[in-house]
This record gives sequence, C-alpha cells and structure tokens, in this order.
Amino acid sequence: MRKAKEFIVEKLILTCGVASIFFVALIFLFLMKEGLAVFKTVSLSDFLAGHKWYPISEPPQLGILPLILGSILVTIGAAIISIPIGVGSAIYIAEIAPAWAKEVLKAGVELLAAIPSVVLGFVGMVTLVPLVKNVFNLPTGLTALSGSIMLAFMAMPTIVSVAEDALYSVPKNYKEGAFALGATQWQTIWRVMLPASSSGILAAVMLGIGRVIGETMAVMMITGNAAVIPKTILVPVRTLTATVAAEMGEAVVGGEHYFALFAIGIVLFMISFMINVTADLFLHKRQR
Amino acid sequence: MVDPKFDIKDLSVWFGHLQALKKVTLAIAPNEILSIIGPSNSGKTTFLRMLNRLNALNLSFRVEGEIRIDGVDLLRLDVEALRKRVGMVFALPLSLPLSIYDNVAYGVRMHGEKNKKKLEGRVQAALEEAYLWEEVKDRLQESAFKLSGGQQQRLCIARTLAVEPEVILFDEPCSGLDPISTAKVEDAMLKLKSRYTIVLVTNNVKQAARVGDRTAFFLNGELIELDQTEKIFTAPHDKRTEDYILGKFG
Repeated sequence: MRKAKEFIVEKLILTCGVASIFFVALIFLFLMKEGLAVFKTVSLSDFLAGHKWYPISEPPQLGILPLILGSILVTIGAAIISIPIGVGSAIYIAEIAPAWAKEVLKAGVELLAAIPSVVLGFVGMVTLVPLVKNVFNLPTGLTALSGSIMLAFMAMPTIVSVAEDALYSVPKNYKEGAFALGATQWQTIWRVMLPASSSGILAAVMLGIGRVIGETMAVMMITGNAAVIPKTILVPVRTLTATVAAEMGEAVVGGEHYFALFAIGIVLFMISFMINVTADLFLHKRQR
Repeated sequence: MVDPKFDIKDLSVWFGHLQALKKVTLAIAPNEILSIIGPSNSGKTTFLRMLNRLNALNLSFRVEGEIRIDGVDLLRLDVEALRKRVGMVFALPLSLPLSIYDNVAYGVRMHGEKNKKKLEGRVQAALEEAYLWEEVKDRLQESAFKLSGGQQQRLCIARTLAVEPEVILFDEPCSGLDPISTAKVEDAMLKLKSRYTIVLVTNNVKQAARVGDRTAFFLNGELIELDQTEKIFTAPHDKRTEDYILGKFG
C-alpha cells in the first residue's frame, strides 16, 4: 500500500515536471506550423529584409524590417537609459547605502516591478509623450524615444535586483583585500567588485533587455505604431510585439496576414531565446 | 622600550552587543615580531583588524580607547593613508585572476604609480623580499593561479610589500599551508623584521614560538599575558596561558 502511494506520488510529480517542457514544445510546434506557412507566398529574405509592411493591400506586402528596426531601436534606447541607472543603483544598494536606505530602495525597486505595463503605458501617454513633444518640438510625442524611456522603467527592476545579487555574491575577502591595500571605496568598487561580478551583471543586463524586447502593452500605447523604417529616435515606430497584438484581432484566420503574424512570433521567440541563452551562459560562468 | 610603533590603551571593541575586546593595553615596538595567540573568539583577529581599521567595515562596530601609531591617533588618520602604511596578509591567499606581475603591481598602480620602470622595480623588489623572485622571475606573465598555495601566499606578501608599508599584519597566514610552505613563509617573516614591524595572529602555538620576539595571549577579548616569547613558553605567569600552550584547551 505504501509502495503504491510512493509510486503514484512519484509519477504525479514527474508529470508536473515534464508538463512545462511539453507545453513549450507544443507552443513552439504550433508557432512553427502556423508561421512557416507564410513562406509559401513570400521568401525568407523578402520577409526579413522587406521595407514595406502593408499586410492588407493587394497583393499584401509582408516585409518586417521596419518592425525589427523599431524593436531594436526602442530596445537599444531603453538599454542605454536603464543599464547605467540600473547598475549604478545596484552598486549603491549593495555597497554604499546605509541599512535604512537599502530597505527603502529595495522596496521601491520591487514596487516598480509590480506596476502593470498598461499603467506605465497610460502614465507615459499623458505625461511623457507631451513632454517629449514639447522638448524636441516635434509634431507628435509618440516616438521611439518615449517608448525607450518607459521601457527603461520596466527593465530597471530586473537589472537592479540581479546585479545587486551578483555584487553580494562576490567573496567578502576580495573587498577586504582591496581595502587592506589602501584602496578607496570607489577604487574597490571599480577595480575589484565590478570585475569580480561582471558576468552576473552582464546576465542582469541581458535579462533586462529580454524583458524590454518582449514588452507589448506600453510600447503599443506610446511609440506611435508607424511601420516605417526609423531614421532617428524621434519618430514614431512600430515594434514586432505591438504589430502582433494590434493586428491579430483583425487578421483572417488562415490568411497570409495571419501566417505572417505567426512568423513574427517565431522571430520574437528566436530573439528572446538567444537573449536568455546568453544571460544563462553568463550566469553559469559566474557559478564556476 | 624605544618609542613604540603602536601604543594601545584601554581598547574595547563591540560588534552589536557582543564585546570582542576588553580594555586591551599594550605597546608594539618597531621592528619586532609580535605574535598573538589564543583560542577562537578570543579577540585576536579583531585586535589585528583594529590596527588597519578593517573592523570599521562591519556596520555594528563600536570602539572605545586609544590607538596611537608613531604617537599619532590612529582612529583620526585618513583611512586609506593608514592602510598604505599598515599592510595586511590574510589567512587564505587572495590571488586575483591576473598575471603574477599584475598581482604584485595591483596596489602600486592603485596608489597612482604609472611609470613602467618604477613599477617594474617595485614589483621585483617586493618579490625578492617575499622570497618568491627566484621561483617566478621567468614566468611573471603567467596566471597567479598556477602557483602553489605557499607561493600564492608569498605572492600576497609581495603585493602587500609593493605598496611600501611600515607595518605588516599577518592574519593566520599559514593556516592553509603545508609544513614546507609554512617554513618558507616564516623565513620570509624573519627576514622582513629588519625593515618592518610585524604583528602575527596565529592558531599555531609553535609558529608563535618559532618567529615571535614577544608573544601575547588573548582569551575572551582580554589580554591575559604579554612577554618575551621565550618566557611565555617556558615560564608563563598565568595558569590559563600555560594550559593553552600545553594544549589543555583551545
């Protein structure tokens, strides 16, 4: 009787464990099945490098280059803003802040992570968008820059908490060794703590970027959604994610447009997958 | 005694509610090796880390009493300048993932030395003083991790020497080393005595007997006895010192 119970529990847990892999595989297969169908009508190079995204014209033009560039532009902008602030704040929390400030800041960062992206989106829409419009004297404030700034807020909690963790895990004697040689606090941080935790900090950055590139709601609300190749960061852009979210509802099931959106899904999947693998490599390097 | 290098009066240290040192008073002469022995939690490492103020890294740390270095109040000195004068070698060899040369040059560079010739000179001099030069002179660009444990510890001594301190604090420098490596580190210490003041914290009573000019015995944060090493090991005043040396507790 006890044996049978053991057996059942064991198999049940095994099923739970395998389930997540199974679902990923299913999603991936489904994505492939629906997405790859688009290549019956458009070649891979035309799809990835085509300049025009007019999915409902006749014949449809399915070039996603503007969307890829839109995503990359917004992501790079967000990275430029969030990496220095995020890493800086992690250094402050881990190394410099007095105990009470540490608690306040960590709570603040967690709270930032808890804000739903749609809320960030509409706050950005009513505050940031008009600001960008006025500061740069633009016809519209719905630009890649606005999206970058808003997404930087979303990447920051991830970057701060993972980077802070990396700094904490640097052996204490490294720090003491540096101080004992007469290093100042900044020299210790810059020449000992950061190099020693570099792989963890890189992983933090990659995870933050992964979050940005997959984000949909906020970018859809404040980047303007114009599927044109952006020449500066001060023009409206449309990202891969926003395209899928905005157009999936109106695409005819089984049509070319529908398949193309799934193919965009594959591209996104590949990008996040690569980012996650890179982050993972850095994290494992750190553990070794 | 000539003018003492360190003059310590009624030094008490707390970490939170825990008192780690209780009214310790002692003086350390220039160019002597002072060994400090005692069981764990006796406050000997806390005492050592007062001399370069490394205890201050602990947030709950509190201190009372007076420490003077060359007659100047140590607790008021600029802490980076103090640590340049008072170097420290830790229990575990702390090699950085750099070449042998860069490990030794590390502190010197940090203190702003950029001249390549001077840097090379300092590195060689430090390695010679630490008795490592002959073993590594042909492979200065190799990773420090290729050295044995004893060599790495002497590398750390060289790194400390390279910033030209006046005092070297050793915190159980041989706890992870085999007897032969230990002997080499002890040799280096004895020869360094002519130029530096050395304070050695050790769990190895015999090591204190081998290298110390004077030996101090700490117990539960108190200085129980301080005397010439010979005297401590042959005719200690205090029963507790005798018991510890004979290995009856600790």
